[in-house]
Amino acid sequence: MDLVANNLSYKPDDQYHLKDVSFNFKEGNLYTILGRTLSGKTTLLKTIAGLLTPDSGEIEFDGKNFLKIPVWKRNVAMVYQQFINYPHLNVFENIAFPLKQRKIDQSIINEKVMDALKSVGLLGYENRKIQELSGGQQQRVSLARSLVKNAKILLLDEPLVNLDYKLREQLRDEFKNLFSKGLADETILIYSTTDPRETMELNGEVIVLDEGKVLQVGPAKEIFENPNSLKVAEISNDPPMNIIEAKISDNQIRFEGIDVEAPQHLNKLTEDGLKIGLRSSDIELNENGHEFEVELAEISGSETLLHLKRGDTKIIVSIEEVLNFKIHDKVKINFKIDRAYAFYADGKLASSPFGSLNG
Amino acid sequence: MNKLYTFLKYFFIVFWAVFVVAPFLWALTTSFKDFQSVNGGVTYIPWVDFEPNLEGWKVLIKSPAKGGVDIVEPYFNSLFVTCTASFISIVLGTLSAYALSRYTFKAGFVKNNDITFFFISQRIMPPIVLSIPFFLFLSSINLLDSLVGLILVYIVLLMPIAVWIMVDFFNKVPREIDETALIDGCNPYQAFLKVVLPNSIPGLIVAGMFCIIFGWIDFFFAFILTFTEVQLLPVKIVALNSSVTPWWSLSASALVSVAPLIIVAFIVERYLSKGNLSGAIK
Repeated sequence: MDLVANNLSYKPDDQYHLKDVSFNFKEGNLYTILGRTLSGKTTLLKTIAGLLTPDSGEIEFDGKNFLKIPVWKRNVAMVYQQFINYPHLNVFENIAFPLKQRKIDQSIINEKVMDALKSVGLLGYENRKIQELSGGQQQRVSLARSLVKNAKILLLDEPLVNLDYKLREQLRDEFKNLFSKGLADETILIYSTTDPRETMELNGEVIVLDEGKVLQVGPAKEIFENPNSLKVAEISNDPPMNIIEAKISDNQIRFEGIDVEAPQHLNKLTEDGLKIGLRSSDIELNENGHEFEVELAEISGSETLLHLKRGDTKIIVSIEEVLNFKIHDKVKINFKIDRAYAFYADGKLASSPFGSLNG
Repeated sequence: MNKLYTFLKYFFIVFWAVFVVAPFLWALTTSFKDFQSVNGGVTYIPWVDFEPNLEGWKVLIKSPAKGGVDIVEPYFNSLFVTCTASFISIVLGTLSAYALSRYTFKAGFVKNNDITFFFISQRIMPPIVLSIPFFLFLSSINLLDSLVGLILVYIVLLMPIAVWIMVDFFNKVPREIDETALIDGCNPYQAFLKVVLPNSIPGLIVAGMFCIIFGWIDFFFAFILTFTEVQLLPVKIVALNSSVTPWWSLSASALVSVAPLIIVAFIVERYLSKGNLSGAIK
């Protein structure tokens, strides 16, 4: 049973929330929608759920026109980024709610709810009030409520974004376990996120969304290795990929008075206005490197992010170490230039270290 | 310093308690007095300062033929009109508030906020402005001097309060809760009844309390729109006045008329102290 959409557009105000979005989701697969905030991820999920009606376009599920079926008959499940549960019901009643709505036998409900509680690790909490739970536990309850329905389409809208770091890691691992155990072979799982790392870890088919438009579709690895445009490269990297305006001539990449020898996959490019893309992790500190000035140094976890500047060029370097720098310190860095990407002036990928899209 | 703080705290609590309770106690003692005890200087304690008697209370239930002012029927009229009008206002007001909070209405330049304001604007107008239209309207449909007519008018007066409070309340209930209910298999009516309404009980109680208070204390419309057939309590109490102000029966009637509100206040206070009002929605 496939979920197929054709040219979905939704424009409630003067901006497109969705523009000509098409996809073909196959059962038993995990799809990740990657995009920045306000890129249309939630709109897309709500459209699939039936909470929003697109201005134009079609959605078909199992060969039937999905847009004609009201939300409450669609058999979808959705987990929101806010922890949405029914505050007047306790944990058990919350999870049982969708089953009760279907008038299922009480003994079967009990069994299913207990199973769901077990799979999200909340056994023993069934009589708690929702308000007594932590954010992570609340999100587990809403996950359990969406699992218990055996919905054909499971929508997860940035389910981890409002959790603190540790819980997020933990819950993400549990998600992966749940998903890999195979919810059911017929389920289509759609997971939206802003976090490229999450996308890579979930390792499903990725849809990159920006300003309501689909920019690229492909397996997570493909998106990471061969982003088809500057935008995708920015969205699919955190921190965003460094973009350096450079010229390539005589086998040299030149910018800000720096000459770097062009690697093989870049040395045939001669167009004007080329942009070189380099991940922040592909730049390293090196005594013999090029001098940059520190604009900002932030420590996040065990990583140090250096915001550097030279002339008009600003770059971010991530170092897997906790280092202390002061603003205006001078540092010397080296580029792992064989990992560099090149983009044309219009933003299209010109060449990638993993072999360009156009061969 | 700490002692001073404690002292001041209790001083103000006691001061405020006296400020609130004293008038009631005064009314209570006065209701058992007669002409002589009221006019014979300041007296407080029954049997010691003055000889209590039940004349002030008896007047309230004696029929006019026996020189009393029978407030029993107006009392139940008032209860009936207030409760019915409040109930209908809450039901209609809650439904319209939900619609105004969740759905988008547009008729030319009129949008949701304008409709909400229209409801509130009914309360902004001074009652005197509404009195003549109400009078003419009720007389044209033959409902002057009737309970039904009064209930209609009170619905017009009370529903804006219910709408106003409930729109604000529903706006604070996350929309995602309704959406989740829809996704979980509720149609929009079930979503409202099974999910939104149970989470709005605190709002309903507050709105209900306001409706009952405003309905119960209204004198103006009860005075203008009724004559002899139907009388409400506030109007009847005024009728107690005669050439000699009967302080004792006025005090007694003040106490019985305020009693329902005190009962309501105690019920709501119990509910409030459980903490259900604040913590229902995060």
